[in-house]
Amino acid sequence: MLDVRDLSAWIGGSHILQGVTFGVEGTGVTALLGRNGVGKTSTLRAILGELPATGSVTVDGEPVLGRPTHRLVRAGLGYVPEDRCVFAGLSVAENLRLACRVPDPDYDTVYSLFPELRTRARQRAGTLSGGQQQMVAIGRLLLNPNRLLLIDEPTKGLAPKVVAEVTAVLAQVAQRVPILLVEQNLAVVRRLAGTAVVLAAGRVAWQGEAADLLGDADRTRSLLGVGSTGLGRGAASDAPSQSSRRGDH
Amino acid sequence: MGTVVLLALTGLGLGALYFLIASGLSLVFGLADVLNFAHGLFLSVGAYATWWAGGRLSGPWGFPVAVLFGVACGAAVGGLVELVLIRPLYRRPTEQVLVTVGLSLAGVALLQAGWGADPRRYPSPQWTQKVTRVLGADVPNDRLLLIGVAVVVLAGLLAFLRFTRYGLVIRAGVENRAMVSALGIDVRRAFTLVFAIGGALAGLAGALGGVYFGSVSPGQGASLLIFAFIVVVIGGMGSVTGSAYAAVAVGLLQQFVNYYGTAGAGDICVVALLAVVLLVRPAGIAGRAAT
Amino acid sequence: MSQSSSPAAPPVPETAAPPPAAGTPYASPARPPLRRLARAVLPLVVLVVAAVLPWSTVDIPGVFDGPLNSPGTLQLLALCLVFGGLAAGYDLLFGRAGLLSFGHALYLAVGAYGVDILVTHAHWPLWAAVPAAALGGAALAALLGSVALRTTGIAFAMVTLAFAQVGSILTQRDPGGLTGGEEGLPMDGSRLPGFLVGVANTVNLYWLALAFLAVVAFVVHRVDRGPYGRVLAGLRDDERRVAVLGLSPYRFKLVTFTLSGGLAALGGVVYALVVGGASPALAASDLTLSLLVMAVLGGPGTRWGPVIGGILYTYLDQRLTSLGGTSAIRHLPGVLRAPLSQPLFVLGAVFILAVYFAPGGLAGLGRRGAALTRALGRRPVPDRATGTTDATGR
Repeated sequence: MLDVRDLSAWIGGSHILQGVTFGVEGTGVTALLGRNGVGKTSTLRAILGELPATGSVTVDGEPVLGRPTHRLVRAGLGYVPEDRCVFAGLSVAENLRLACRVPDPDYDTVYSLFPELRTRARQRAGTLSGGQQQMVAIGRLLLNPNRLLLIDEPTKGLAPKVVAEVTAVLAQVAQRVPILLVEQNLAVVRRLAGTAVVLAAGRVAWQGEAADLLGDADRTRSLLGVGSTGLGRGAASDAPSQSSRRGDH
Repeated sequence: MGTVVLLALTGLGLGALYFLIASGLSLVFGLADVLNFAHGLFLSVGAYATWWAGGRLSGPWGFPVAVLFGVACGAAVGGLVELVLIRPLYRRPTEQVLVTVGLSLAGVALLQAGWGADPRRYPSPQWTQKVTRVLGADVPNDRLLLIGVAVVVLAGLLAFLRFTRYGLVIRAGVENRAMVSALGIDVRRAFTLVFAIGGALAGLAGALGGVYFGSVSPGQGASLLIFAFIVVVIGGMGSVTGSAYAAVAVGLLQQFVNYYGTAGAGDICVVALLAVVLLVRPAGIAGRAAT
Repeated sequence: MSQSSSPAAPPVPETAAPPPAAGTPYASPARPPLRRLARAVLPLVVLVVAAVLPWSTVDIPGVFDGPLNSPGTLQLLALCLVFGGLAAGYDLLFGRAGLLSFGHALYLAVGAYGVDILVTHAHWPLWAAVPAAALGGAALAALLGSVALRTTGIAFAMVTLAFAQVGSILTQRDPGGLTGGEEGLPMDGSRLPGFLVGVANTVNLYWLALAFLAVVAFVVHRVDRGPYGRVLAGLRDDERRVAVLGLSPYRFKLVTFTLSGGLAALGGVVYALVVGGASPALAASDLTLSLLVMAVLGGPGTRWGPVIGGILYTYLDQRLTSLGGTSAIRHLPGVLRAPLSQPLFVLGAVFILAVYFAPGGLAGLGRRGAALTRALGRRPVPDRATGTTDATGR
């Protein structure tokens, strides 16, 4: 459904994406992987028009590159950026209200997945915990019908228990909408992703079944720089990615 | 006692004027990241439009209608400037500043070409020239008018920001503009709105400033603008309540020091206050939040 | 302020550019030696021509009111040269370091009022008053810069504006009868060396202004050529990159701010001598805005752009007023006549158009012309960096 071809982008003179080409299936989760700074976040931002880029991006055959971000989102590309970006000064209810772009937003789904958002409706989003903020960020997406979700590191900096909760929610969401997921926690990837695309130095280095990648310790180590011990469960596997995340544009 | 009351209310009146200019400036800056040197031009446009209409209207409603006309002109100029001049330069902040600089130079010169460089007598209604007795002081009514209008504007702005959809978009946009776009909202439409609001408030400040100073002149906006800038920085760029606090502080400080110290010392104290605030709290009193 | 891919950061001049990367526009590494020689010699030739100009009696009607060596024309030219130098000095901040200061007039005023007060009130000899005023300006710039540079971008612009406002207020309020208030402070001619006083000696003031411009041009040139200029260019493009190298952006910016403030004060000194005194308009924010307009019109960050911008702006500012009285304008309908007789309207409008259509200023126009001729002569090369610029500026 999403087709990215030869996507190139520059940030301040450095060639951050050098012809990225991959596709996203109409169902399930496609994981976008790679070490820090290889251009995962930039790929999402380029697709959404937040970063000037060349090449071609089509959604259901329709070219989208160069269109303003808000139009793309209105056309059904939901986006949760890195760091979640909830509006700290707005209440939870206001954060959700702002995101509504259809006359009959699906509050039922959001509140059934995240009952806490109803009880904390009047609380300022800036005072929420990281996990609660992630619920607001994902809740904002689910209020509207979407064709594809682009989610950037949803489990970053969360406690292991919360990681599990978010992962479970994403698994439910993925049954209805395809997701392009940037994720460093390989346990989460293993749980959710059917397909994997690995970036290295601004290019696609490998793509295929996620299980093929994660099942092969050598391949995982060479592509992602994590040892097989990191393939266990829980947050332990997240350790190598905790450092210098800001380097990933 | 009487002197202190008079000074305080005069300072508050001046603060009210600063607030009307600074609140719009602050919202424009907070949302659109534009340092708007043309804001003083919006003020002058409002002042001249009110002056022009006020000279042609009579009766008890003549002046209020003239003020409304001035406000409308300010809003129209503000909105147009955003649509025509600022919008094409989106994402090029330095150029946006440069364009507003050019606009302020050319606009003031244009007013001068039309109505001359000398101050024009302002058609203030009779009652604004009289005084009211407040706590043993004879306070000129124009100061009370300014304070009253500023309070109403503050309440109205806060209600707008809190309870309307556009207010929500503006508050969110001041925090993180890119994320508002990422929610599918055309944030640039809010830019035009904020410029129009800023233009309207500057126009109102021009219309009432004419009453306060008794005359209009092309350069009036520019001299008020510098203090409005200071108010914006002290209050926290993008914050309406911050602007209100800072405007009151600046107005009172300026008035009292100018009276008890030598003339001009108050203005210098205001700049010193700015330096202190910057050193202690670089983001201003309120930080980055629209309300 | 940090988005440097747009023309917001002025086009990188060849002299200040880091080694040309692949795909950089305007990169012409194989410049013929003849052109390089011309580039080095041409400024000297212009300097010599400008220096001998006062011996010419050529009369250019319409351009100047009298022959070139008449005192009126020489004073106009001297003023143009002073502002050419001031604009170039301001561009050290704006075009080189990417610092948008709105308070540059303050340092100019310190120089002008400083020398004026020291000579007229304190009865200092000129040779002592000049360095004192210039160094005073530099010291004040160092002091205020150390506070203002704690902020960045637009906040920096506002803070510098506010600081300069104090200067503007002080000059107008006439503290202790020092500045002469609204009227300004005329220089006491009897305390100046004879060769700088009197209409007959206007030519010496012209040479003084020319010398000031040459000094500024030399300093700017040294900055551009030295490693220091490279750091500045890096600062303007991406502060983090400089910080990564272990250099302190703050210190570099402060040094530039001080240098630029000192040059402005020196320019103020020369201005006060040329005009014969100081007036509050020197300290007004409008004067800083004019410097900004000069730099942008000429081409910020380029070697000669700001100088040409300053000369041209000052010339137009002075001449358009009298142009308003010419028959060509007088016969226009009132709607056109009134605005066109306002120099600032014309200059402001030209400036806005320049921001849109000639982002590199006059220098940029020239370079684009050169690029065009080259492109016509050769097969066009894909211009990558320009491509990204267009995409950003949508």
